[in-house]
Amino acid sequence: MTDISTGTAQDWNAPEVRSNLRRRHRGERWLRGIGLAAILTAFAVLVILLGSLTASGYKAFSQTFITLDVPVSADRVKPDRIAAANWRGVMQDAVAAMFPDATDAERKVLAAIPSSVAQFAVRDRVLADPALIGQTVTVSVPVSDPFDQLHKGLIDRATPEENRRLKDAEIAAFDRLVEAGKVALRPNWALVTSADSRFPELAGLRGALIGSFYALLTCFVISFPIGIGAAIYLEEFAPKNRLSDLIEININNLAAVPSVVFGLLGLAVFLGWFGLPRSAPFVGGLVLALMTLPTIIIATRAALKAVPPSIREAALGIGASRQQVVFQHVLPLAMPGILTGTIIGLAQALGETAPLLLIGMNAFITAAPATPFDAATALPTQIFIWADSPERGFVSRTSAAILVLLGFLILMNGLAIFLRNRFERRW
Amino acid sequence: MDDARLAERAVTTGEVKISARKAQVYYGETHAIRDVDVDILDKTVTAFIGPSGCGKSTFLRCLNRMNDTIPNCRVEGRITLDGEDIYDRSVDPVQLRARVGMVFQKPNPFPKSIYENVAYGPRIHGMARTKADLDQIVESCLRRAALWNEAKDRLDEPGTGLSGGQQQRLCIARAIATSPEVLLMDEPCSALDPIATAQVEELIDELRANFSVVIVTHSMQQAARVSQRTAFFHLGNLVEYGETGQIFTNPRDPRTESYITGRIG
Ligand SMILES: Nc1ncnc2c1ncn2[C@@H]1O[C@H](COP(=O)(O)OP(=O)(O)OP(=O)(O)O)[C@@H](O)[C@H]1O
Ligand SMILES: [Mg+2]
Repeated sequence: MTDISTGTAQDWNAPEVRSNLRRRHRGERWLRGIGLAAILTAFAVLVILLGSLTASGYKAFSQTFITLDVPVSADRVKPDRIAAANWRGVMQDAVAAMFPDATDAERKVLAAIPSSVAQFAVRDRVLADPALIGQTVTVSVPVSDPFDQLHKGLIDRATPEENRRLKDAEIAAFDRLVEAGKVALRPNWALVTSADSRFPELAGLRGALIGSFYALLTCFVISFPIGIGAAIYLEEFAPKNRLSDLIEININNLAAVPSVVFGLLGLAVFLGWFGLPRSAPFVGGLVLALMTLPTIIIATRAALKAVPPSIREAALGIGASRQQVVFQHVLPLAMPGILTGTIIGLAQALGETAPLLLIGMNAFITAAPATPFDAATALPTQIFIWADSPERGFVSRTSAAILVLLGFLILMNGLAIFLRNRFERRW
Repeated sequence: MDDARLAERAVTTGEVKISARKAQVYYGETHAIRDVDVDILDKTVTAFIGPSGCGKSTFLRCLNRMNDTIPNCRVEGRITLDGEDIYDRSVDPVQLRARVGMVFQKPNPFPKSIYENVAYGPRIHGMARTKADLDQIVESCLRRAALWNEAKDRLDEPGTGLSGGQQQRLCIARAIATSPEVLLMDEPCSALDPIATAQVEELIDELRANFSVVIVTHSMQQAARVSQRTAFFHLGNLVEYGETGQIFTNPRDPRTESYITGRIG
């Protein structure tokens, strides 16, 4: 066939050929070793992070409850003025009834063990059913935070009394309740069903979860269509010239702008000029949309670029309009990539804290927002608030809240991977 | 080649369908097509031959304005379809491409079902009023593209799951489904076996009854078998254009002669 002469044939057993081969194999082993080490390091860091969070956070997933039999005496509670009755006195009666031999001082200590909501729990029961006056109401309420800590073993009884959060008398009183079988550890559903509170034993993430949901919803509703629209225009219709290059550079820059800057922008524009309400998840969502927009545009453009040009040619070649090409052929093929990018963008937005702090989503709000325009916190800002709170009970709650946030992030990223694998097309 | 058969063949050709005058194509600074003057006749198969990279595909794509989609591509000169300048502002490229169909060099079925691939064109151009009409179009196009027997039991499977040759026949079926007046085929048989090639050639011959067909091919035998007129391109120039019999038996230009006898290419 060919008359090209390569001189002598290659001697595959020559020492220099073999050593060359050995060197190449060694290089490959090195590369694999380094890659493996990198993965293991990353994995170890992740395990440490999750491990420490779980170690400090798992205690917040349970809560110490106390069961109280509360006699609602007709002396203290008048049927026509139920709400204004001396409920604190009612609670003290209950403690006194439980331990008839206790001294006044002991009773005071004992009455401080149930969380301050206990009296309201009883009051609400009686308000709902005034027939209970004169009878005994049994309620199960959280104990206040220091006793919760004690019961979970977070307060060391061996510490000298003056350095301890609870005095000997308080511990003794609590132990009497434990002996009486009135105390139990139960799953802490309040962590997700209650809003924030000054009292750790009552504080929950409901407000933050709903706030984050509204903020992400707003963010999605705004950034998804605008992002896809912008990407389609830039990728499929815009002429390639200096102007489109400039726009592209700016979008990429926008993606790299620190989030706190978007927060300042939101503060100045949405709150300052447009006069939108402070601390509202809707405004948070607007700010997050500004941040997510470049991510979605970039992901969408990459997904559109990955659709082979031959598909566009095929459709154009049988007389499809540009719009039909995009919406009937290119976009469906790019959708998995677009959705993946969007979900990752939203996951980023979910964890974003700084811009939300700037628009006031770190306010102390004890009611879950009913609409996106009510003041609320979000998951990351709630974590920020709790991490800043002095009460011991917030330490484990902070970790627990972080675990909840991470759980949502893992869920979202898992969804992204699922969508990618499920709808990935080959051509 | 059977010269005697070529020379004897009766050539029945129609009116001028597409005409190009001083057509130039530039890719940025590259001058890919120079001064091409050609009249493509109706009810005729015209073959474009020439060495690789000489601009056959480029010129073919000018005829249905597919070059519009290449950002740095510029077309000059005058190209008319039925006497109307196709690069005129009043001409809608979308409608033009329905009238001038195309089969690409590389098979490019949509990643949709076989049925959808063929039905897409008639559907967007509103050619079928009922589902039955559409079924009818799909079946006849697949039959004419010699794919019906292989595809009839798997119409709902993706077109991309077919073999390379089957994909190309699917693309042919898709292109003829819009009943174009002119069909441009860029090496439609390069991925086909001899049997499928023969079927496609039969189809081309059949299409000639109503349409004008332009086919790019690297096979001299194929050009001789299916075409009535042949254009030889070389380095962006149209070197020679005439009746196929004359080009293959009695070329006027020495370059044409060297190419068809296998000395350049
Ligand atoms: N998109 C493009 N951008 C720049 N130059 C191009 C482009 N497409 C084709 N060309 C150039 O134009 C010339 C003609 O290419 P064309 O594809 O028309 O050749 P061809 O005759 O179809 O070749 P083949 O037989 O190999 O398909 C070549 O030199 C090629 O490099
Ligand atoms: Mg070509």
